[in-house]
Amino acid sequence: MQSLFQRPGEMTVTERFGQISWSLVTLISLLAAVGIAMLYSAAVDNTGAPGSMDPWATRQAIRFAIGMAVLIFIAVTDLRVWLQYAYVVYGVALALLIGVEIAGTMGMGARRWIDFRIFLLQPSEVMKVGLVLALARYFHSVSHENSGRIVYLLVPVALVLAPVALVLKQPDLGTAGMLMVGGVAMFFIAGVRMWKFALGGVLGLAAIPLAWRFVLHDYQKKRVLTFFDPDSDPMGAGYHILQSKIALGSGGITGRGYLQGTQSYLNFLPEKQTDFIFTMLAEEFGLLGGLAVILIYMIILGYGFAIALRSRNHFGRLLTLGLTTTIFLYVFINVAMVMGVVPVVGVPLPLISYGGTAMLTVMVAFGLIMNVYVHRDLRLTRGGLDEDE
Amino acid sequence: MARERGRAEIFGRRAALLAGGKFVILSALGVRLYSLQVLEAQRYRDMAEDNRVNLRLLEPARGYIVDRYGAPLAVNVQSYRLEIVPEQARDLETTLDTLARLIDISPKEREQILKAAKKSRRVFLPVTVKEDLTWEQVSRIEVNAPDLPGVDIKSHETRLYPYGHATPHVIGYVSAVNEDELNEDDDPLLELPSTRIGKFGLERQYELALRGKAGRKEIEVNALGREIQEFKERRIEAEPGHDIVTTIDLALQQFIIDRLADQHAAAVAVMDVRDGGVLALVSTPTYDANLFPKGIAPGAWHDLVNNRYKPLTNKTTAGQYAPGSAFKLIVMLAALEAGIGPGRTSHCIGYIELGERKFHCWKRWGHGTLDMLGSIRESCDIYYYELSQKLGIGRIAEMARRLGLGAPTGIDLGGERQGNIPDADWKQAVVGDYWRPGDTLVAGIGQGYVEATPLQLAMMTARIANGGKAVTPRLTRDLFVRDKVGIRPEEDIPSIGLKDYSLVMVKKAMQQVVNHEKGTARGSRLVDSAWTMSGKTGTSQVRRITEAERRKRVLKNEELEWLMRDHALFVAFAPFETPRYAVAVVVEHGGSGSKAAAPVARDIMLELEKREQQLVAGEWPAQFALSDRRGER
Repeated sequence: MQSLFQRPGEMTVTERFGQISWSLVTLISLLAAVGIAMLYSAAVDNTGAPGSMDPWATRQAIRFAIGMAVLIFIAVTDLRVWLQYAYVVYGVALALLIGVEIAGTMGMGARRWIDFRIFLLQPSEVMKVGLVLALARYFHSVSHENSGRIVYLLVPVALVLAPVALVLKQPDLGTAGMLMVGGVAMFFIAGVRMWKFALGGVLGLAAIPLAWRFVLHDYQKKRVLTFFDPDSDPMGAGYHILQSKIALGSGGITGRGYLQGTQSYLNFLPEKQTDFIFTMLAEEFGLLGGLAVILIYMIILGYGFAIALRSRNHFGRLLTLGLTTTIFLYVFINVAMVMGVVPVVGVPLPLISYGGTAMLTVMVAFGLIMNVYVHRDLRLTRGGLDEDE
Repeated sequence: MARERGRAEIFGRRAALLAGGKFVILSALGVRLYSLQVLEAQRYRDMAEDNRVNLRLLEPARGYIVDRYGAPLAVNVQSYRLEIVPEQARDLETTLDTLARLIDISPKEREQILKAAKKSRRVFLPVTVKEDLTWEQVSRIEVNAPDLPGVDIKSHETRLYPYGHATPHVIGYVSAVNEDELNEDDDPLLELPSTRIGKFGLERQYELALRGKAGRKEIEVNALGREIQEFKERRIEAEPGHDIVTTIDLALQQFIIDRLADQHAAAVAVMDVRDGGVLALVSTPTYDANLFPKGIAPGAWHDLVNNRYKPLTNKTTAGQYAPGSAFKLIVMLAALEAGIGPGRTSHCIGYIELGERKFHCWKRWGHGTLDMLGSIRESCDIYYYELSQKLGIGRIAEMARRLGLGAPTGIDLGGERQGNIPDADWKQAVVGDYWRPGDTLVAGIGQGYVEATPLQLAMMTARIANGGKAVTPRLTRDLFVRDKVGIRPEEDIPSIGLKDYSLVMVKKAMQQVVNHEKGTARGSRLVDSAWTMSGKTGTSQVRRITEAERRKRVLKNEELEWLMRDHALFVAFAPFETPRYAVAVVVEHGGSGSKAAAPVARDIMLELEKREQQLVAGEWPAQFALSDRRGER
């Protein structure tokens, strides 16, 4: 068994630590700080005035601190260990998803969580990383020639569809979409031919009526329908979108000012601290604040792109770009959702929304990206061994 | 390794495409954000204000209406409505069970509440559980409030007429605002579903003064419409409506209603001859004004509308009756003013002939020879046929109008009709026929086209009694002086320009009607009283008596169907020496004025005398303290 951290003659942990991109860490911390500030603004103190560390900001800060520790820990581990255990992580995530299906049956409504007593685990979040790891490992291992063959695509397709189906059944439309699109992106960067995507697209379209009929729940269908015709249910599902747009629109260019937002104590929006935190932010800081946050995400995604290109091993490239795509999907779905561009599906804004699981997932993802950066000059054989030139 | 390099190249291209795609998509979101926050900002900002600030009207307390002594005629009472907010009631059914132990909730009501709660899309909106809770129920619920989540008691003011049956035609009533009223009046108060406005009577006449002015408060609401906080500094308190002190004497009003209990339909107006203050305005049958503020049940409404005795009509101002012989006072005055002396006599043989027509006296075999005083006293028709023939309709009509007939009295009460004083022009215009000599004769005894309302007759009598002053009736003793009963300063009432001599003679004649041994109303003279009543009977025919019937026998009123019987009228004033009160009594289809109407007037005069004595002796509560009443609000 390989050592988690170091093998003889290679980088020490300290050396790896020294390789960490502190500018990326700074950008990540900046977003987290924005998040904590917004969570402070979202809460009301016991006099009813807006602005309180309770109940969200303090806890979010603690979570971010833990997340940062996890990020750095993962960054200094050996990349090859992740290559080696990629399928294991995926397998565990899949098992948890099946487990939640069984265990969650006893609960009510959506089955998304497993109670581990000390913390609640959301297996679908683990899967977001697990799937990228597994696909990265698979495409890393398959030769370029073989990756062109359709038989070789059956395994990764199965790797994607199995968790997607389970998550859809929970039901969690947002996460299923993210896994699906994230998986397809992995196929894309792995070099799968374009006509195969076309074929997959046709098959996918054909599957929509079936999914509509057999997979989607009524409330999900309603959300989708409401999205296409928001006026049909102004006080119901369309209400949140409208209220979100009102808050955004009333923010204007410069915003109402910090702690001046109406959302914090007027409660027009449900879960303003999670799904609709971008609305709050853009109401208080206006277009400038909203664009600034989007810009920071773009820069972070740019870092991911650069790290992927810079990596000398294919696993690292695939892994980084896959995780970057996952983070992008979080951002896109959330921001597009609060602006009424996509249906309300309950995807948080990474690093900013309140919530432990998503925070952890994102920090693990950044940890792995950072790990790839740290190991940017490492070359790996398809079997996972150091490539001997 | 070439293969590895190939793979990296493809990866590089694809990664650049992917990253570019992400960049484009996020940029598109930025554009979308720009469109929302800049291009459409105003629209959403307006919506945000709507979202946040909610204007709520503060309802003013409607002014009270009291009688001349301060007795409450129209007041407001707190009424309590029990509401439940389904969202807050955690478990609606359990809460209803708990409620059912405290107040009565029938299974049917319960079902309706649950249905209403289910139907309501916004679970934070209250559902009415029960209206008009008693104080006991309210306190029982308040005590148990902790066990009743989401249960709320809303109080609002509703109009109450403590003596609803006594004054419906005077006070009128309030009820819900209708579409037309909403269009005519832009007072935002009218848009509140709880607002009731005056529909009739003083409630309508003084609607604007009684209503008061709405205040407003601005509250911040959350998306659920729930009140978060009030912007206290922007609150504008409501201005309560003015109170109105009427000239009505509630106790007298009730006395008259009781006195008329044995008649189907009657109208009585009692007026102070000095200032026109109306002490009583009774129209029977009466009804309960309290039926209306909460919305009258269709069945009750139907009964009122279709009642043959027309309870909804204010017969004192909207009932038009031929005044009959009471009109002879006008003709007498016209004659005196025209220089015809009181010594003029007529010889009555029961009829006179005019051309081919015979005009009969009510007394079949005639009165014999009568002078002017005697003609009034005994109410001889022949005398007045001759007199009016001599005067012509023009002079009679002119005198009638001077005394206030033929035009609305101008009382501060809507829905008044003007009666009718016919002349040649009127007949040509309305009937389309020329004025015939016979018309003058018929008019001269107050029949035919002549019509007057009981209030007009009371005013006519008052103008005679007060020495020819153009007094007009009014219902408000003091306009809009809040929290105190004041008396409107005495105005100089103009004269109607009659000679004192004429008035003295008419009054003397009226005095004899009641007190002379041959007077038609002798049976109604005041006995055991310091006062002397003077008056004039009137019996107005509602059917035509044919010559054939006259030859056989004119049917008595008791033999006729109610609707065919004569209207009984009596006008009176008292005391004779220093007149203070004028009374007009009309008993619909009551038979003869002397039998049906005069005794009512007599009893009213006696009651008035009694009340004056009580007032002087301090036995009568001079006034209800308005300030105490204010405290109740």
